[in-house]
Amino acid sequence: MQKHFIAALAALVLALPGLAGAQEQSGDGGEQFVPVTSYRTGPYAVSGIPFMDGFIDYLKMVNARDGGIEGVRITWEECETAYKPDRFVECYERLKNRGERGASVFNPLGTPLTYAVIDRLPADKMPLITLGYGRTDASDGRVFPYVFPLLVNYWSQSTAKIRYIAGLEGGHEHLKGLKIANVHHDSAYGKETGPVLARQAEEYGFEVDHFPVVHPGIDQKAVWLNVRRYRPDYVILRGWGVMNQTALKEAARIGLPAEKIIGVWWSCAEQDTVPAGDAAIGYTCSTFHGNGTDFPLIQDILLHVHEAGNATGPVEYVGTASYNRGVINAFVTVEAIRTGMGRYGARALSGEEVRWGIENLDLDEADIAAAGATDLVPPLRVTCSDHEGGGKVLFVRWTGETFEPASDWLEPDRDLVRGMVEESAAQYAAEKSITPRSCDS
Amino acid sequence: MFYRETGQYKTTYAADRAIFPIRQDRVAMAILLMIAFVAIPLVANEYWLRSVLTPVLVFSLAAIGLNILTGYTGQLSLGTAAFMAVGAFAAYNLEVRVPEVPFLVSFVVAGLAAAGVGILFGLPSLRIKGFYLAVATLAAQFFIEWLFTHVPWFTNYSTSGVITAPPMTLLGFSFESAESRYLLTLCIVVVMAVMAKNMVRSELGRAWMAVRDMDIAAEAIGINLMKTKLTAFAVSSFYCGVAGALWAYVYLGTVEPQAFDVLRSFEILFMVIIGGLGSILGSFLGAGFIVLLPIFIANASGVFGDALSAETIAHLEFVIFGGLIIVFLVVEPLGLARLWQIVKEKLRLWPFPY
Repeated sequence: MQKHFIAALAALVLALPGLAGAQEQSGDGGEQFVPVTSYRTGPYAVSGIPFMDGFIDYLKMVNARDGGIEGVRITWEECETAYKPDRFVECYERLKNRGERGASVFNPLGTPLTYAVIDRLPADKMPLITLGYGRTDASDGRVFPYVFPLLVNYWSQSTAKIRYIAGLEGGHEHLKGLKIANVHHDSAYGKETGPVLARQAEEYGFEVDHFPVVHPGIDQKAVWLNVRRYRPDYVILRGWGVMNQTALKEAARIGLPAEKIIGVWWSCAEQDTVPAGDAAIGYTCSTFHGNGTDFPLIQDILLHVHEAGNATGPVEYVGTASYNRGVINAFVTVEAIRTGMGRYGARALSGEEVRWGIENLDLDEADIAAAGATDLVPPLRVTCSDHEGGGKVLFVRWTGETFEPASDWLEPDRDLVRGMVEESAAQYAAEKSITPRSCDS
Repeated sequence: MFYRETGQYKTTYAADRAIFPIRQDRVAMAILLMIAFVAIPLVANEYWLRSVLTPVLVFSLAAIGLNILTGYTGQLSLGTAAFMAVGAFAAYNLEVRVPEVPFLVSFVVAGLAAAGVGILFGLPSLRIKGFYLAVATLAAQFFIEWLFTHVPWFTNYSTSGVITAPPMTLLGFSFESAESRYLLTLCIVVVMAVMAKNMVRSELGRAWMAVRDMDIAAEAIGINLMKTKLTAFAVSSFYCGVAGALWAYVYLGTVEPQAFDVLRSFEILFMVIIGGLGSILGSFLGAGFIVLLPIFIANASGVFGDALSAETIAHLEFVIFGGLIIVFLVVEPLGLARLWQIVKEKLRLWPFPY
């Protein structure tokens, strides 16, 4: 027994480098390689699975409908991160040199994962798209040339929430004296909006208090008892994973109407509201994308991927918040590659060339309408210094069955956020002795 | 046939007390070190150096640390990741606040800071044992994670609470490339592993083992229990602290407190158990097993291509990993180090075992 066991072990060890070597040479000519890092296991898999299905379905659709981007077919390989930074780093290193000219761009889908690779990007000349999440101050493209927190970063979203509340109250002057409770996930991600809320509280004269919820947030009785004692006018919910549904249920238990709770987009999917049942009806949260299947682009996915029998996941996912986020992540990625091809020609692009494409991405209303994505994605214009691109925020309300729009596309308070972003980025640059590049040319 | 010590006479005490008394072992070790120092940096590509071998080395160091405490002294600890966090954050704060300090010095300071915290949380071990002590060290785990999340001074008031390690330069040389980082880690780990090996063979190590085997008897033969247990906590935490600093600086380059959660502590405990309690070699084998196996399974499942969905592959990884752990522990409960020992004993008689 023991002898066989040892022999098997030896065979395993010997086979290891051989297999890895075989993997290295899998790149083909004339194809654009897009690395897909996903989490289909672990505590956040519920959101990760539909997201990645949407991402891959979109890539499949572009291949099936258009024969790739400008005729260059897209290839991809999936790597499981389990939402762990070290696993993501391993995936990043494994995939970054795949394909004819290396990987095009990474979409980590997680704030901690983003932080784990930021310092590696300049050396590898590898861009990173963090759509709606990630390191907020990376919006300053002079200090972070390779990171793109596209559409709306965390601080922009937070100011949009205040604007939305002001809209409900009938104007910014009515914010004075309001009490807002910030119930947040007790982690780097959860605490990130603290400074911008404090700044706005000072500006508009409302009061804000913070209520951290310990990960994973299954028991929140004590937290909501404190919230009730505080008697807030509004609650900002900055949760993630199982914490969201528990928070909604607890809020209902202390008699806080769901209409008064405003969630961030990580708290804004069917996985968060459906398990909370009736407690979630009327709950509002912020997104940067449309929900549902009522867009020509999503219909194309249904036609070319799902009806062709080539779907990644079940058809029920299509149109849910997480799925649509995956789709627009892939959409922005593909459009950035297309922009890059406009300059470098219709061939496989390197990471550096895709980076140029993202930085010069300019999708106006007409471009988005042509892609069949009106109201699915807001217009976007990235520049050398502004890596956020000026997206807008849409507030949606849960009706018990779907998310319905509860507002127009709101503009965040860009001036305030930009000032704070530059401050924070300058601190980072000083810490890492980076000389910010010049963007005037 | 080849592995036989016949004819090797030990004529001095030093020869008798060598770490590797058999010549074949010394040769094998020298070859192994040559491979690690010369061949691997020449042959391995960036992916292997950066994201496979470097974490294996860092985890080996942490596993040695825990092995000193749990394997040699018998004090079960679930706070390993917390001590790693102390090391990582101590090195970061020193570098950020006093940039003149060379980073190697800050690694030592990281170890010392972790040792101090280790002694503090080791104090309950004087009164409680076994599972109860494990629960007490769990307090360290949760307290330290909470502290680093909630006191912004530790993260230099960064809004996100994630620290990024400053660049590492030594005498004008910048440790940027994968090779240099791997070699740096390897040097530190080899030096500290030799130190640990010598420590456990010294009076101190024997005192640790005496306490592990029966603390009342150890006390009766004149071993100071308090001193012995607390030195074990201090040395163990020192190793973990340096491992944490390496993790933050050399491997990831960035770290948040959640990277050192209780699951990380369990991971290192599994490395020690699978590798072999009370064995320095076992620490390396355990770390290698736990870090390499999931990567190997993930790479190997690529062979199936589209036949299996990504979801299935992701879950298959857990199934195979868990299954192999059970198989290993059933076949050899004393760990991989014991397996290696059995191989060596068999080799002595090979090819004529009867």
